[in-house]
Amino acid sequence: MTLTDTGGAVGAALQIRGLAKSYVRGKPVLDGITLDIASNGITAIIGPSGTGKSTLIRCINRLVEPSSGEIIFEGRNLVTLNRTGLRAARRQIGMVFQEYNLVERLTVMENVLSGRLGYVSPFKAWMRNFPSADISEAFALLETVGLGAHAHARADALSGGQRQRVGIARALMQRPKLLLADEPTSSLDPKTSVEIMTLMRDQASQRGIPAIVNIHNVELARRFATRIVGLSGGAVVFDGAPDALGDAHLKNIYGGESWLDGGDS
Amino acid sequence: MAAIAERRWVVAPVHWATRAAWFAFAVYFVYALSHLELTPARFLAGLDYGYKFLTKLFPPDFQRWELLLKGLKESLEIAILASVLGLIISLPVSLLAARNLMPTWVTWPARMVMVVCRSFHPVIIAILFVKAVGFGALAGILALTVASLGFLGKLFTEAIEEISLKQVEAVRATGAPFMSVIAFGVVPQVFSRFIGFASYELDSNLRNSTMVGIVGAGGIGGTLFAAFQRFDYDFVCAIILSIIGMIVVGEVLTNAVKKVFRA
Amino acid sequence: MNNAAASVMEREWRRYEPGERIARFVVYAAIVAAVVMSIRTVEVIPEFILDAPEQVVDLLKRMWPPDVASYPKEIHAALLDSLHIATVGTVLGVAMALPFGFLAARNVTPWPWLNWMARLILISARSVNTLVFALFFVAVFGPGALAGTLAIAFHSIGFVGRLFSEALENTSPGPIEALRAAGAPSASVITYGYWPQVVPAFWSLVLFRWDINVRESIVLGLVGAGGVGMALDNALNLFQWNRVAMVLLAILGVVIAAEVAVTYIRKKII
Repeated sequence: MTLTDTGGAVGAALQIRGLAKSYVRGKPVLDGITLDIASNGITAIIGPSGTGKSTLIRCINRLVEPSSGEIIFEGRNLVTLNRTGLRAARRQIGMVFQEYNLVERLTVMENVLSGRLGYVSPFKAWMRNFPSADISEAFALLETVGLGAHAHARADALSGGQRQRVGIARALMQRPKLLLADEPTSSLDPKTSVEIMTLMRDQASQRGIPAIVNIHNVELARRFATRIVGLSGGAVVFDGAPDALGDAHLKNIYGGESWLDGGDS
Repeated sequence: MAAIAERRWVVAPVHWATRAAWFAFAVYFVYALSHLELTPARFLAGLDYGYKFLTKLFPPDFQRWELLLKGLKESLEIAILASVLGLIISLPVSLLAARNLMPTWVTWPARMVMVVCRSFHPVIIAILFVKAVGFGALAGILALTVASLGFLGKLFTEAIEEISLKQVEAVRATGAPFMSVIAFGVVPQVFSRFIGFASYELDSNLRNSTMVGIVGAGGIGGTLFAAFQRFDYDFVCAIILSIIGMIVVGEVLTNAVKKVFRA
Repeated sequence: MNNAAASVMEREWRRYEPGERIARFVVYAAIVAAVVMSIRTVEVIPEFILDAPEQVVDLLKRMWPPDVASYPKEIHAALLDSLHIATVGTVLGVAMALPFGFLAARNVTPWPWLNWMARLILISARSVNTLVFALFFVAVFGPGALAGTLAIAFHSIGFVGRLFSEALENTSPGPIEALRAAGAPSASVITYGYWPQVVPAFWSLVLFRWDINVRESIVLGLVGAGGVGMALDNALNLFQWNRVAMVLLAILGVVIAAEVAVTYIRKKII
């Protein structure tokens, strides 16, 4: 049930081929994942905890080193890139984290500007000497995410939702060709979660870039994704449009069924 | 119910091992005290000497203030240069010693260097440098640099090991070069603590720079030791008061610096 | 924020507020000035600096191999003496520091003039180096371990007293208030209210000070105040470098053992 409606590789922004990862020998967390990500739309990855959703996302920009397989992005295999090549590739991939991962003692502005670090020499970065075009863009982005007034606040003074907005601004600051999000709403309340997902969807579609989002909440996935991939036991067990995701699939992905009844028991 | 009246409360009993440890320590303490060879006669004689000594200390004699000032200045210079050198050396070494950023084969030697530097009192290190590079301020500077590396290195390493790696990961994910990851992911998390440690080390070096002169490594310590040996106690008193003054002023200044950097 | 304001700000982003920037600049400038002035006036002969690495290597060569045979004869007993000096000195120092700690803590002792008196004594004890105390006590009691022990004890007062009073001031006032409200006498307020709250801090600072004192006790011998420093001094004066190396190795062993012991005990009791 792997390659369905997204079909062939034509127009795919990211091709994952036989991706495997095991932290402990003989116990693969990812067991030969093959996926094509189209050049636009939001792909939601759902699945039970510990099934490798986070590992999958982190393998794409190699925050986690894959054990085997290929990841083709912009015509290059990310898995075999050397350090320099990897850094160049990472610049084009924006990432949003579950716990925001802002540098807490820096200001909001510095955090957003850190999205340009791949393009600015370390010395200029150290002196906070960013091109004025970058600074203008950072202010514009902060306006976009609704934090224009907080540019000078320290990141640890913000609420969770505000921090995640900064996290998104930082990722967009890279002018990415692909957006990765690892459980971006898991630390947020339901209302803020919807706001954050809306922001990500709108920004991704405005920029015409694809987004891959790990998500716990099936309802949010159905509401915002154009495609849902269900992982279980390190393998893809569902791949299709949100409408096609039925109770039978959910049972297959998460196991059991009592939780589907909506009962309080 | 009658049972209520019967109930008794007992203080939680002390574990027998704890008691045994305390008993062993008490025995040891008495034994160690006996090593001091403190007899009543010696104690009384000491009180007598002590009284005479104190009367000779006062009033302090500031007549040789030029000599005094020269010594203080040299101590200050030794402290400043040793602190800066120690800081410059301990930054990279502590980065190498941080177990969350570096592999074991790198951290281990870096840690060993710091342990050895920290284990010896600055005055002991000063003796060795005096033997190696001769009398004077250079030996003092080198000795306090080594001592600074030991302490600053340890404190820096601990601070680096306590940082949140998630913040570092996020900066790395932007494709930033290594030095920029350090500048944006690591430094902001540790900077204000580093300022605090560095000013602590400056205070500590200032104290020790007044002592290394005892073994000939420059600074006011040499003048102090000489005055002691010549029974020139009113000058000794002047020197000690000046040292205290310099240390207090130093602490006030470093506290002001800490405030500027919110450390 | 409206657009006009935003556009003004656009090119204006700076890392710090102006006042903060100036303060930081002043500090950096002062540091640079101090370093430059120190380099220019300190009396160091440049040739000696260039020569230093070679001299140090030469010294290390002369030290090798350490004179192991001298350890049981001349070093072991002196090393134990140093440990005794450190331990007894710490215990005496802590005993003398506690009253001053209570007097210096503003929440325990409500009379400001007493606070300041106690603080003055603590600052003085901390400002006079152990070696200076040692010189003083050698002059008073003659050379030997007694002078060293008292030097360690008196200098420790400052450190232990200050940290102990800070620990007292950081206690939560709630339980104290409750005890006072119940009409407890001051002594009981201390034993039931303050003491349980500061016990962990107390032990940790006693252990920390003991660890420092082990290192300090080793130097005392240089001014005749007992311990392994005297063995070191003898070997140095006779240029017996192999024996110097052995003393240094023994010191390294004791200091590392002390640090390990402190870490272990701290884990056990806290």
